[in-house]
Amino acid sequence: MPIVEIPVGPQHPALKEPIRFIFQLDGEIVVGAEPRLGYAHRGIEKLAEHRTYVQALYLSERICGICSVAHTTCYVETAERVFNVEAPPRAKYIRVIVSELNRIHSHLLWLGILAHEVGFDTLFMYTWRDREMVLDLLEMITGNRVLYAINMIGGVRHDITPEMADKARKVMDYLEERTKYYKRVAEEDPVFNNRLAEVGILSPSDARRLCAVGPTIRGSGVKTDIRRDDPYSAYDEVPFNVITYDEGDALAKTLVRIDEILESINMIRYALDHMPGGEISVRVPMRPPPGEAVGRVEAPRGELFYYIKSDGTMRPYRFKVRTPTLANIPALCRMLEGIFVADIPVVVASIDPCIACMDRVLLIDKSRGKKWVWTKEELRRYSLKWYEEHGRR
Amino acid sequence: MSVIKEVLRNIISRPVTLKYPQERKELPERFRGRITIDYDNCIGCGLCARVCPALAITMVNPPGKKDIRSRRPLVHLYKCIFCGQCALVCPRKVISFTHEYELASYDKEGSVVAPPFVKKGNKGGRELSKG
Ligand code: SF4
Ligand code: SF4
Repeated sequence: MPIVEIPVGPQHPALKEPIRFIFQLDGEIVVGAEPRLGYAHRGIEKLAEHRTYVQALYLSERICGICSVAHTTCYVETAERVFNVEAPPRAKYIRVIVSELNRIHSHLLWLGILAHEVGFDTLFMYTWRDREMVLDLLEMITGNRVLYAINMIGGVRHDITPEMADKARKVMDYLEERTKYYKRVAEEDPVFNNRLAEVGILSPSDARRLCAVGPTIRGSGVKTDIRRDDPYSAYDEVPFNVITYDEGDALAKTLVRIDEILESINMIRYALDHMPGGEISVRVPMRPPPGEAVGRVEAPRGELFYYIKSDGTMRPYRFKVRTPTLANIPALCRMLEGIFVADIPVVVASIDPCIACMDRVLLIDKSRGKKWVWTKEELRRYSLKWYEEHGRR
Repeated sequence: MSVIKEVLRNIISRPVTLKYPQERKELPERFRGRITIDYDNCIGCGLCARVCPALAITMVNPPGKKDIRSRRPLVHLYKCIFCGQCALVCPRKVISFTHEYELASYDKEGSVVAPPFVKKGNKGGRELSKG
């Protein structure tokens, strides 16, 4: 059979970022995937050079809506190195708590999206309902559901009061029970098993070679986590386990994330109990000394990297961001090789990309000269129908 | 199969969604809604306008006055990203956030927080469209 190419994208307004893939198909099997990035270029790095350090903080928060606190944490940790200041210990604990709450909300959101991709919309509704509890908690602590504006250079803006801590503990108890239930569902439910097990396998050697990050590489059994390898904030004081699964398939990545929610719950409990007292912020000057710094943070999707160069003025001279999704794209292309067309949505979703969804798919069947356009929704429906007809391979 | 049990339980339980706008969620105390400025105590230093990341604040002069001292901040709510930085830097702590979150309006007057001397009914006025 001749190789057929399907371009997927680049317009995907339903999820965050547009990306384009060209899939080479041999019948139903994907034999190659070629990404084309850059459609969502917003010029944020250049814009930051025209903003003061304080203004650029809010800009960095808006790079990603879901892991916004990972971005600000990375920004303030890097900027604090440039400014030569250190946040007070209590502020560091608050950063850990907010970051972990953010991780729980991001992973629950992702679990819902994955459930939606495999046609398990019941679970999608339940996870998003539970995620709402985390968002309420974050709103109570920071004043907003999504863009928290809690980090600032030299500390955090809001304290966590004892009443808030009590409320958070209650929500953590509820979420722990729910997450354990989701884990049971992921392990036992035939829908998840049929669609996720042995799909989109990434071998440990490939994961290392292609520099995958976050749950994507941990799902392949490689123990790496910036929170452990290069601790920031108070992560060197809060105990936690780095979760790994050896299978490397989409199911392993799902279980990694579910277990990470459980770890995060324990970390939040520990941090709430062991928070030191004292100030939550220190004063920082308007201008940093000339210099440069890099910072790394474990965002929900993996390692996030910032670089800030200062020339002694009020504005950063250079500002550079590398987000985890970019690091995972080569690994994703490797995972896409050898899978069925019907598995594309699941495998792409399994890296939790900020570019998860394919909203428009243009199909060109070269042998017949036929052309048609698929939306992401149609691709999803096609994949569900295909599995209904073919069942388990 | 455990999902079936869960589904059955949810059929008889109350929905988690609220019937907005008849029912409303209780907002936490730190919620950042529409900005209010206590203009009587504002000293017109202009720090809030300088620090705003969205450039949502312009300093406007009362009619007939040109000096820097008498300028007062005017907030364009459609530009504001509700980050709260202005309230943080204000030396007099006169900026605060209300719990009002339905900010859509039909005219420019409703979309700004303006000092009392900016004339009402001044829909396309210079002060309102500046910035
Ligand atoms: S809340 Fe932020 S964006 Fe809005 S006026 Fe204040 S500083 Fe500007
Ligand atoms: S920072 Fe405060 S006192 Fe200064 S102009 Fe703004 S509102 Fe007035």
